[in-house]
Amino acid sequence: MESNQTSPNLIDITMPALGADMRDGTLIEWQVKRGDKVAKGDIIAVIETSKGAIDMEAYHDGTITELLVEPIIKLPVGSVMARMTATGTEPQVATSPALGTTDSTTATGKQTPADTRQADSPPTVRVERHPYLARHPSALVQPSPSRQLVSPAARLLASQQGIMLSGLTGSGPNGAILLRDVPAKPEQHARHDIKDKSSSMRQAISDAMSMSKQQIPHYYLALDIDLSIAKAWLKQLNQHREPEQRLLITAVIIAAIAHQLPRYPALNGSCHDGQFVPSKAIHIGNTISLRDEGLVVPAILDADQRNLEQVMASLREITERARRGRLRSSELTSATITVTSIGERGADSLIGVIYPPQVAIIGLGRLRKAPIVSNDKLCVGDVMTVTLSADHRVSDGLTGSRFLTALAKQLQHPEDLL
Amino acid sequence: MTTENFAACIATALRRIAPEIDLQDIAQDEDLREECELDSMDFLNLLADLKKQTGISIPESDYPQVRSYNQLISYLQDHHQ
Repeated sequence: MESNQTSPNLIDITMPALGADMRDGTLIEWQVKRGDKVAKGDIIAVIETSKGAIDMEAYHDGTITELLVEPIIKLPVGSVMARMTATGTEPQVATSPALGTTDSTTATGKQTPADTRQADSPPTVRVERHPYLARHPSALVQPSPSRQLVSPAARLLASQQGIMLSGLTGSGPNGAILLRDVPAKPEQHARHDIKDKSSSMRQAISDAMSMSKQQIPHYYLALDIDLSIAKAWLKQLNQHREPEQRLLITAVIIAAIAHQLPRYPALNGSCHDGQFVPSKAIHIGNTISLRDEGLVVPAILDADQRNLEQVMASLREITERARRGRLRSSELTSATITVTSIGERGADSLIGVIYPPQVAIIGLGRLRKAPIVSNDKLCVGDVMTVTLSADHRVSDGLTGSRFLTALAKQLQHPEDLL
Repeated sequence: MTTENFAACIATALRRIAPEIDLQDIAQDEDLREECELDSMDFLNLLADLKKQTGISIPESDYPQVRSYNQLISYLQDHHQ
């Protein structure tokens, strides 16, 4: 579903796909009308998905020529929603990054990943925490000064009840319209919406994971990695650092993974209909818990090009934006491999389910004190069980095993990652 | 700064990190990170925020001294000049 061009300059605007678990989205509101001039990156519509409200951006400079659908309408991914004429010089990538075209090599085979991301200029995703929005306005990122701020929950409710947003007065920061500003709304009704939202997130996770387990023949490996050296090194490094500069062990491991992965191309890429396309770029997806609202998996883009400090900065930034700000759709669509972490107080090991169309997922267990045999002597060390679930159609246990061993080795020299 | 001031600082910081937490509901002598379900990144962000608000930087070596909410309050009081 690449550029659905109907004439050299006429471009279809389609419902974007933001991952394997997105089947459809609901157009809530157009932010433009016919004849409007838009610049690349302007918000043209608001879409509600299981991943939250999305500010869908224009991918080109140009003029909106047609709005083909009216809100509120639920549309499958790839449906044409509107058309525009492009005045820009690069009309070749007309649609948002869709599932299956997320990797540059599968998309055109010509562009570098950086080019693809620029050309896509993807919609921004706001994963807003509906129930708390009213109480914590500081968490909001203001989309643009001129735009009426509306919480997604308020927008959805107003739409459902046929209330025009322009007729409402917002009580939130900068006049934002919040759920409480939408009239005639029984309280339990609002809770119902929120429940629907989180169950839709659950449904989306369920769909993707069922698909993965049905279609991908997983194999699983686990290795206990001695992180005593890395932990001690990190402790010393962090000792004189302010909180905002400190590094986490997770960042060290992600940086190590990123540095080792180029040697294991069979673990990094995407597989469609049994056809594997390795990715040169290494975009590491990180599962981030939205606490009571499920998971998102934004990627650290080009992780292999970043040093440890940069990986940490990225991790901090995407975590923050996932929890309370905005994610860009490129971050949700371009992961070439995923790392999932159970956290310090979780289980000893975590065996992940591959997120299609990727071919591997790395699971990080809890960092724990454990007995280690070193030079035939027993001592106590800091150990983490690192697992690899990989697609057996693409790689074998031997490859996976070599990767885990190389990772363990790399982690004995964390200073190389700086 | 008074205890109330520090409590307000913690509340402000937590509101950004874990908006769903009601500090009235947590056990104040229990492990703060468990009570508020803070992961290591959240905890780091909490400390960064507290530093911004109070000027007090809690070093990693002092983490064991700030396990609970009440310990955190006392720590901030003790280190405030």
